[in-house]
Amino acid sequence: MNSGDTAWVLISAALVLLMTPGLAFFYGGMVRRKNVLSVLMQCFIIMCVLGIQWVLFGYSLSFHPGNGFWGGLQWAGLNGVSLEPYTDYAGTIPHQAFMIFQAMFAIITPALIIGAFAERMKFSAFLIFTLFWATFVYDPLCHWVWGMGGWLRNLGALDFAGGTVVHINAGIAALVTAIILGKRTNLDKNVPAPHNLPFVALGTGLLWFGWFGFNAGSALAANGLAVNAFVVTTTSASAAGLSWALIEWFRNGKPTIFGVCSGAVAGLVAITPAAGFVSVIPAIIIGLLVSVFCFIAVTIIKPLFGYDDSLDAFGVHCIGGIWGALATGLFASKLVNPAGNDGLFFGNPKQILIQLATVLVTVIYTAVVTFVIYKLVDIFVGVRVDEKTEAMGLDLTQHHERAYTVLE
Amino acid sequence: MKLVIAIIQPHKLEEVKDQLYRAEVNLITVSEVLGHGRQKGVTEVYRGHKETGNLLRKIRLEIAVNDNYLEPTIKAITKGAKTGETGDGKIFVLDLEECVRIRTEERGSLAIG
Repeated sequence: MNSGDTAWVLISAALVLLMTPGLAFFYGGMVRRKNVLSVLMQCFIIMCVLGIQWVLFGYSLSFHPGNGFWGGLQWAGLNGVSLEPYTDYAGTIPHQAFMIFQAMFAIITPALIIGAFAERMKFSAFLIFTLFWATFVYDPLCHWVWGMGGWLRNLGALDFAGGTVVHINAGIAALVTAIILGKRTNLDKNVPAPHNLPFVALGTGLLWFGWFGFNAGSALAANGLAVNAFVVTTTSASAAGLSWALIEWFRNGKPTIFGVCSGAVAGLVAITPAAGFVSVIPAIIIGLLVSVFCFIAVTIIKPLFGYDDSLDAFGVHCIGGIWGALATGLFASKLVNPAGNDGLFFGNPKQILIQLATVLVTVIYTAVVTFVIYKLVDIFVGVRVDEKTEAMGLDLTQHHERAYTVLE
Repeated sequence: MKLVIAIIQPHKLEEVKDQLYRAEVNLITVSEVLGHGRQKGVTEVYRGHKETGNLLRKIRLEIAVNDNYLEPTIKAITKGAKTGETGDGKIFVLDLEECVRIRTEERGSLAIG
């Protein structure tokens, strides 16, 4: 057991937890002000519900060795998850430190999907959907990619900190829910402006800060690999924020703070799977290019197909995640991480195919199961609020609160 | 000359603007107000403390028109804002004594258009 490693992983867990409130403000600033509390509420209640789900059975389903497809319930209620190291996952920190670090990933992933159905989903339906989605989509996929015996892990897929498990996964679920939930009312007449861009910037800052725990913490030790992940993470975010601003500048005449924030988050998404396998120059390339792909996704592809992914959970997280997963297959190098593998540019073309296969499996599995869960919830409780409720806003109708007073 | 004051639902503003443009009424002033009529407001709860009859957000439009534009204006607002439910709002019409365009110092019906 190593006290430095343990301290770093515990701090990282706290950093990753902070990303969910960060995301709440990132998303909350983008919605109309009648719905800002509903977004904050959805993020915070996920911290409550999944915080319990994870220790009761989520961790066991995801990380108990089990078989290739699921972990089983042997570790339910943290039975057998001790304060001693579990060497198959992390040899120098208590098993429970690993468990609680992973809990924060399980919390933020379903929170990312909120961006797709913001401003129109019934709170009760959201709760049921989220719990089922975490249990039947996140936990199995997490096991496949990261769990001992997981079949994608055995295939040799490289996903350092959750590009596939977190971002592609949540991004695809976002697209599916956005399409079947339908557009917000009156969207064709008036695309609502974000009600508080300073909140978006605040949220971006918290996400960027928390992402050091997300990526550098995924080294599960306070070592050189963690430093590599830390350096490439912030470099990629810088490159992507700059790149998005430049694209806007050339295309629309003015760079925007909303653009820089979107770019920085896209850069953080894209570097996530690669953070422990690539060096700094590839990180700049990954960051510069992710903004190009995500910009095309949210400004050209979204209007073309007409789905209402309200806050671009798909456009940023799925597109950025897929680019990151494939870029890992291009730029990964054993010089950075001997436990990883070489990518295409380092003489191993096979890795890009493994990465591609993992992306495809994730997209298909997540899309199908998300669709089924959504339909079941819709049948039993109804997913979408009625038009009048949507017009009044979810804050007043779902929570009997409002964020801002007009008179004192 | 008349001054039309309308109180409408916030989410109907875009449709009302749309209808007004179609009726060639382009000069409007919009403000955000609070109020309630028969809709009796909303209930809010803060840490278990329940407040009933709270005021709802509404939009107030002010439009100064020449007499021949009055009916088209009223029709446009009604068409854009009506849902048939309580809370759709009201239109008030007042006589307007004078209107001055500051830039040119024109007065009366010339200044309105």
